[in-house]
Amino acid sequence: MIRTEEMLLNVGPQHPSTHGVFRIVLKIDGETIIEATPVIGYLHRGTEKLAENLQYTQIIPYTDRMDYLAAMTNNYVICHAVETMMSLEIPERAEYLRVIVMELGRIASHLVWFGTYLLDIGAMSPFLYAFREREAIINMLNEICGARLTFNYMRVGGVKWDAPDGWIEKVRDFVPYMREELAGYHDLVTGNEIFLNRVKGIGFYTKEEALNYSLSGANLRCTGTNWDLRKDEPYSIYERFDFDIPVFHTGDAWARYQCRMQEIEESLKILEQAVEQFPAEGPVMAKVPRIIKPPKGEAFVRIESPRGEIGCYIASEGKKEPYRLKFRRPSFYNLQILPKLLVGENISNLITILGGIDIVLGEVDG
Amino acid sequence: MEDLLYAQPGWTHVAIFFALGAALLMTVLGFVTYAILAERKVLGFMQMRTGPNRVGGRFGLLQTVADVFKLLIKEDTIPKLADRPLFILAPVIAFAPAFMVLATIPFSENLQFADLSVGLLYYVAVSGLSTIGILMGGWASNNKYSLLGGMRAAAQMISYEIPLVISVVGVILFAGSLNLNDIVRGQENIAYIFLTPIGFFVFLISSIAELNRTPFDLPEAESELVAGYHVEYSGFRWAFFMLTEYVYLFAMASLTTVLFLGGWNPIPFLGFIPGALWFGVKFSIVVFFMIWIRGTLPRLRADQLMGFAWKVLLPLALLNIFVSAAVKELFL
Repeated sequence: MIRTEEMLLNVGPQHPSTHGVFRIVLKIDGETIIEATPVIGYLHRGTEKLAENLQYTQIIPYTDRMDYLAAMTNNYVICHAVETMMSLEIPERAEYLRVIVMELGRIASHLVWFGTYLLDIGAMSPFLYAFREREAIINMLNEICGARLTFNYMRVGGVKWDAPDGWIEKVRDFVPYMREELAGYHDLVTGNEIFLNRVKGIGFYTKEEALNYSLSGANLRCTGTNWDLRKDEPYSIYERFDFDIPVFHTGDAWARYQCRMQEIEESLKILEQAVEQFPAEGPVMAKVPRIIKPPKGEAFVRIESPRGEIGCYIASEGKKEPYRLKFRRPSFYNLQILPKLLVGENISNLITILGGIDIVLGEVDG
Repeated sequence: MEDLLYAQPGWTHVAIFFALGAALLMTVLGFVTYAILAERKVLGFMQMRTGPNRVGGRFGLLQTVADVFKLLIKEDTIPKLADRPLFILAPVIAFAPAFMVLATIPFSENLQFADLSVGLLYYVAVSGLSTIGILMGGWASNNKYSLLGGMRAAAQMISYEIPLVISVVGVILFAGSLNLNDIVRGQENIAYIFLTPIGFFVFLISSIAELNRTPFDLPEAESELVAGYHVEYSGFRWAFFMLTEYVYLFAMASLTTVLFLGGWNPIPFLGFIPGALWFGVKFSIVVFFMIWIRGTLPRLRADQLMGFAWKVLLPLALLNIFVSAAVKELFL
């Protein structure tokens, strides 16, 4: 008689595929997972508490460090919350610049996801291809705000810098280039039999489960739920653009992959239109007082980040610092379904499922 | 070589054999050094990088040498809770068969170390021993990741050995011999790749799996098991595991060349080019193909890997025997 035993396996916090300092304690039987307990908090920096002692403009750089792969959307959510409280009118040119940099950020974020996901599954090359395109985006963002990762670009009332000469043309040229490269990705990866076998039917959940777990972003849209705040609760100037929300119905890693890849295409559409409509001149900053003091009260805004719904709640007492600030960080919420998905899967699938959720640890731990 | 083998043994013979063995080892080490560089360069080229370009000039010619030197002077660490004797023995057991199999490979008409009448069988039998070394290393490290990697390696290498062996039955049928020299001579008119394409296909896939290379690199799947069975190894012991892998790459590519691509036989009308060179060219194509695969494909999952071996490759290999026999009976 063979005696078998369950084994505790500690995955992370220093594991190549946990995308940061994430740790899961697995109880495994052979390679089958019986129980999974995520342990988070290794990257906790107390952003929300720190914000209580900071002026609003000073909070913006802290948001860069939450979802560091799409820092522009984080910048936007805090500015948008304060602007909502102060009922500020944002200049046209600033709105366009914001949309352009946010959509560029969305593409860059999905590219990183695409590359690292394939790297997790074992394909090396797509990672480098995706990073080549991301580099082009990062260079453009660097040109406009002087930083490659932590942009600190937006301000309450507008953006810090106007686009340099020729920048808009660069964005315009980037769109067809990216489309071409995207077709290349589909050739290399999307039809690959091994890849399809790895992702089809893996990490399945239903629409109800997704809603119960409060998932958002591609994690929700892969279950057939058509919900994207850019369409459903339009903010900024998104209602001016003609784009679709990709929705898939199978609810597995394959649907999430298709969803994100198509979102890149939709973002390109938005970029194309935004560049076309871009106002020739105008201010990039509204008239705001030197010291920002939103009126007494509270506000909650939410926008669509590449990872899902990012929300910002501000309670103000009319001072220059917020009384309380809270972020709804999509990665944190999306991660909650992980232990449920992992039960009964094997270790190879662990990587496929975790990667498919697309978390950024800076955001999970806040 | 032949005369030496049958001559009365004496100290001179021992010395000659030793020298020849050392020469082969040096050749193989030289190959490994530059195969690693070639792999990095080719992958770099496929991924829009330059690859090594600092040590040893623009092409990084001394990069691997520097890497090996670094590994050799590294501190020798053995985990406290490891099974010491097994831990030390494992890399040796993994490496020795890798080198032993090279003895039977005919590199050219005259250049072969042991002309065994069962050369092919010898290769298959001896190369199977490496699995023990790998499993041993995985077990002795007393690390859960390496244990999982070792188990995967054992399961995979045993499963893929079966289609690998059965796929060459076609070749044996055509050549009527297990002797690798005879097999090459049998291909003077036509390489066996054209006679048993299915066999070649199955053999190539199984050999990639035997080598633990992408897309079958599960035993050391970096993104899952960190490094698989050699997680706890470092320094020259780790170098031995790596060496095993690349020596097997050398051996397997040589075997593929011998069995299916006609070994040292030239392409018609180009007979003036020496046989060893032909061997080198064909061999390089096989190696390049394996690197190319690595640059392109993602990794399979453990259960899919097993399913593929037993449900696809094995029936194909069996079918190949039948088809080869029919071809031999009807056309040759």
